[in-house]
Amino acid sequence: MPVLEKKCDVAVVGAGHAGCEAALAAARLGLETVIFTVSVDSIALMPCNPNIGGSSKGHLVREIDALGGEMGKNIDKTFIQSKMLNISKGPAVHSLRAQADKAEYSRSMRQVLQKQEHLTIKQAEVTELIVTEGEIKGIKTFTGAIYHCKAVVLCTGTYLKARCLTGDSITHTGPNGLQAANYLTDSLKDNGIEMFRFKTGTPARMDGSSIDFDKMEPQYGDERVVPFSFSTDPDSVQKEQITCYLTYTNEETHEIIRENLDRSPIYAGIIEGTGPRYCPSIEDKVVKFSDKNRHQVFLEPEGIYINEWYVGGMSSSLPEDVQEQMYHTVLGLEHAKIVRNAYAIEYDCINARQLNPTLEFKNIKGLFSGGQFNGSSGYEEAAAQGLIAGINAALKILEREMLVLDRSEAYIGVLIDDLVTKENREPYRMMTSRAEYRLLLRQDNADIRLTEKGYEIGLVSKEEYELLKRRKKEIAEEIERLEHTNIGANEEVQSLLRKYDSTELKSGTTLAELIRRPELNYDLLAPIDKNRTNKDDRVAEQVNISIKYKGYIERQLKQVEQYKKLENKKIPENFDYDKVGSLRIEARQKLKEFLPVSIGQASRISGVSPADISVLLVYMEQHR
Amino acid sequence: MSVDTIAAIATGMTNSGIGIVRISGEESFTIIDKIYHSKSGKVLSQMMSHTIHYGHIYDGEQLVDEVMVSVMHAPHTYTGEDTVEINCHGGLYIVQKVLDTVLKYGARMAEPGEFSKRAFLNGKMDLSKAEAVMDLIHAKSEYAYQNSLHQLQGNLREKIKTCKEKIIYEIAFIESALDDPEHIDITGYSERLQEKVKELQMELTRLIASFQNGKIIKEGIKTVILGKPNAGKSSLLNVLLGEERAIVTDVEGTTRDVLEESVTLGGIKLVIMDTAGIRHTEDVVEKIGVEKAKEYAREADFIIYVVDASKPLDDNDSQICRLLHNKKSLVLLNKSDLQPMITKEEMTGKTGSEVISVSVKERQGIEEMAEKIQDMFLKGEINFNEDIMITNLRHKNLLDSALESLNQVQQSIENQMPEDFYSIDLMSAYASLGYIIGEEVEDDLVEEIFHKFCMGK
Repeated sequence: MPVLEKKCDVAVVGAGHAGCEAALAAARLGLETVIFTVSVDSIALMPCNPNIGGSSKGHLVREIDALGGEMGKNIDKTFIQSKMLNISKGPAVHSLRAQADKAEYSRSMRQVLQKQEHLTIKQAEVTELIVTEGEIKGIKTFTGAIYHCKAVVLCTGTYLKARCLTGDSITHTGPNGLQAANYLTDSLKDNGIEMFRFKTGTPARMDGSSIDFDKMEPQYGDERVVPFSFSTDPDSVQKEQITCYLTYTNEETHEIIRENLDRSPIYAGIIEGTGPRYCPSIEDKVVKFSDKNRHQVFLEPEGIYINEWYVGGMSSSLPEDVQEQMYHTVLGLEHAKIVRNAYAIEYDCINARQLNPTLEFKNIKGLFSGGQFNGSSGYEEAAAQGLIAGINAALKILEREMLVLDRSEAYIGVLIDDLVTKENREPYRMMTSRAEYRLLLRQDNADIRLTEKGYEIGLVSKEEYELLKRRKKEIAEEIERLEHTNIGANEEVQSLLRKYDSTELKSGTTLAELIRRPELNYDLLAPIDKNRTNKDDRVAEQVNISIKYKGYIERQLKQVEQYKKLENKKIPENFDYDKVGSLRIEARQKLKEFLPVSIGQASRISGVSPADISVLLVYMEQHR
Repeated sequence: MSVDTIAAIATGMTNSGIGIVRISGEESFTIIDKIYHSKSGKVLSQMMSHTIHYGHIYDGEQLVDEVMVSVMHAPHTYTGEDTVEINCHGGLYIVQKVLDTVLKYGARMAEPGEFSKRAFLNGKMDLSKAEAVMDLIHAKSEYAYQNSLHQLQGNLREKIKTCKEKIIYEIAFIESALDDPEHIDITGYSERLQEKVKELQMELTRLIASFQNGKIIKEGIKTVILGKPNAGKSSLLNVLLGEERAIVTDVEGTTRDVLEESVTLGGIKLVIMDTAGIRHTEDVVEKIGVEKAKEYAREADFIIYVVDASKPLDDNDSQICRLLHNKKSLVLLNKSDLQPMITKEEMTGKTGSEVISVSVKERQGIEEMAEKIQDMFLKGEINFNEDIMITNLRHKNLLDSALESLNQVQQSIENQMPEDFYSIDLMSAYASLGYIIGEEVEDDLVEEIFHKFCMGK
């Protein structure tokens, strides 16, 4: 039977947050790209929480932006409330989070895809990979159409063999009742790919007109909104913002949950997938933290035109009737009407340790993957991986060196390294505590860290790059000036110090030393800094942070230097561990299984000891 | 491969008059400049390569030792890195003090085989030696690890574990609040943490002090008391222990099992193996005891030979004298209260060891014996297992750096740094303690966060 046959460079499977970034990156690098989705109407869908960013996730968005990705720009266009979290803490943990108008976010991203040169949107379910001799050759769709291509990026999210559960009511669908992808898993298994089954969940959505907001605490956005994207003009994002609301569960809620636990598919053992501990269902919270007599519940709107509210903090897979009772016990939700029930979703994903840090499969050349398919969770984690997978699929075809960010360069580097190196038994969420060099990996300096890379890849324009270079120079010069500007103990200085409850000077010092005092900063010292020229906010911010936290930053830089030495020792692709005599058996097995790309990566594999690493180093040196 | 600076005792603690502490790495000169003083005010980092300098090592105001220091610039050194070698007085106590000072001022205790490894990686060693280096690293690491675990059984291990648990709990709390600021409130936490850290600092200070109280040689000097049956071995042991431990009778060969006891003499810990009397015997049980005794004598670092001065020497004594061959030993001419049949000179001639007249029964000469042993130890004449010493130093070094990290946390709190800075140093303290008991950090923190704190959506 004749079938449709087509050709392209890159096929991206899935049009969620990972797929969109992957497809845009590949197309922007000039490669003919087709993005496949089971439903064109669900491009960049946000099936769970209606926000982008948050602690450490905000960092990811900034990094995506600096590399030339789309997420930051898209949320800047469609946000309805924005907040910088952790503002009272150190700069490393400041993090942006914005509420999105979901429909707008999705529509706006679709527009970007539509307008993108070299990019084709195709509604079709991909059912099969075409692989010859360990190399990807194309994909097949449900209708039998064949797309020959040079690289494939899998971003199937939570759709593979998905099933949704509300009590004992089970539907074999993807999120939001969308069609699941039921065939691709088998093709992946046939190609020797090891699969996992993960689970996640989402709370109910309520009809806004039935919620008693007066009983809840309003949560406002920031007065001055900071945009996500480095290329968004801050003045353009100052607009009217919506309000979110905070309320709490109570003992009555918990009692209902406890009484009905046997009807929860997780506790009844119907769900086999592993769920994430960081966003536990309300059932889990009540069971695991039984000493807490209330849990926070955040009411967040799903959009401006849609009067549906997301009940943050109360995801559940309890049966519909229990959900109704349970939600009604919450202050302000007594009469709330449930528009969409809460549900748990199970799906197939891969053991990401089959991937190289480039996100290419170790055993299938040209096959890349990103997002929840790799065992992560969250829109931002997905987008970050999608971007890297898309970039690398393109770079590989262009026969250029692929992009790997390491743990000292970006949260993206930490995310991917964790996924491909560590044993991951639950959906992986980014956390600031996972980044060992987080003082260096701030959201405020993501552009300084990564824009140059984005430019070299070809996703950041020359103008933006030149702008960044100028800013970097300005920052360095200003720091230098402040470190060498002496300040005497004159009356003007003393009175300024008194004003901010700062100890008066006994002898001269430098401006930089004064900035390091906890109660002072760069801006406050302006009156006594006679030679200061007007500095842009972002320059001032970098100068202040670099000087204020110099000691800590230097310490981390030193650690990074050590880390880099091991990271830069690459292990040849066909390295034969059996020839290294002194390796312990356990270490040898682990190394053979994972085939780490560098000594650094090898050292992070559990079961490989420092002595094994030393032995490896010596062996490699010997056979260089 | 590594930028940090390592140090260790290079002379292997052999019985020499001079001990050498070697420092290798980029910071070698920075460190030596901080602790070396000479009358002329030399700054060693400014000296020509491959020169040697007379001076003193100071720990702050405290004089540690009079030394000669060799300065060698990279790359023409054993490791290929900047290297400093401090030639100090032999005798473990001093050498260890010097090493301690070096560690305190920024060096890290070298891992087993690390100098060789660096030498090799920096191309300073013949390729044919690579196998040997790998085997060395492997064997030494295994040994050190086993050793480390062995020494840490019980008390110390538990204490360190408890400290670790307290630390990780605090980090997890801070981190969960950072990750989920809207659910977990951290206001006013600094004061609480300050208290917690203070407790931990005290605990670590106590542990470190216990190391310094002579317990640094935790395992002690393996000592065996030899002597013919009823020469007074058990009585000596009892006197040393200050209690009736071994069974003492007038019948020959009553001390059948080898007991292990530890005694601290003048800050030096002796682990004494009390053995069955050494003689030919048909008694099977006794024989096991005797075989064991000979075996212990071979393994011992130090032998105390008790001779019954009231009886003439016989074949058994000749056998014992053979066991003393190549061993550090002290001869006690016991029963000096009775009519002597043997003279000091005679014994010195036969054994080449120091001889002291004692009467265990009358408690005479015991003081002199203690002083003698202390003297021998301080002069470096008695040695003990090198690897144990290294492991111990390593432990102390790690405890020191854990404490230093906690001090840093206090400093950050006092400087009103934001909370996220606390966890940086808390994590270092946690890691240092982990290394002592052979545990790596891995994903402890994430586990703890999820386990103890209710996070998220």
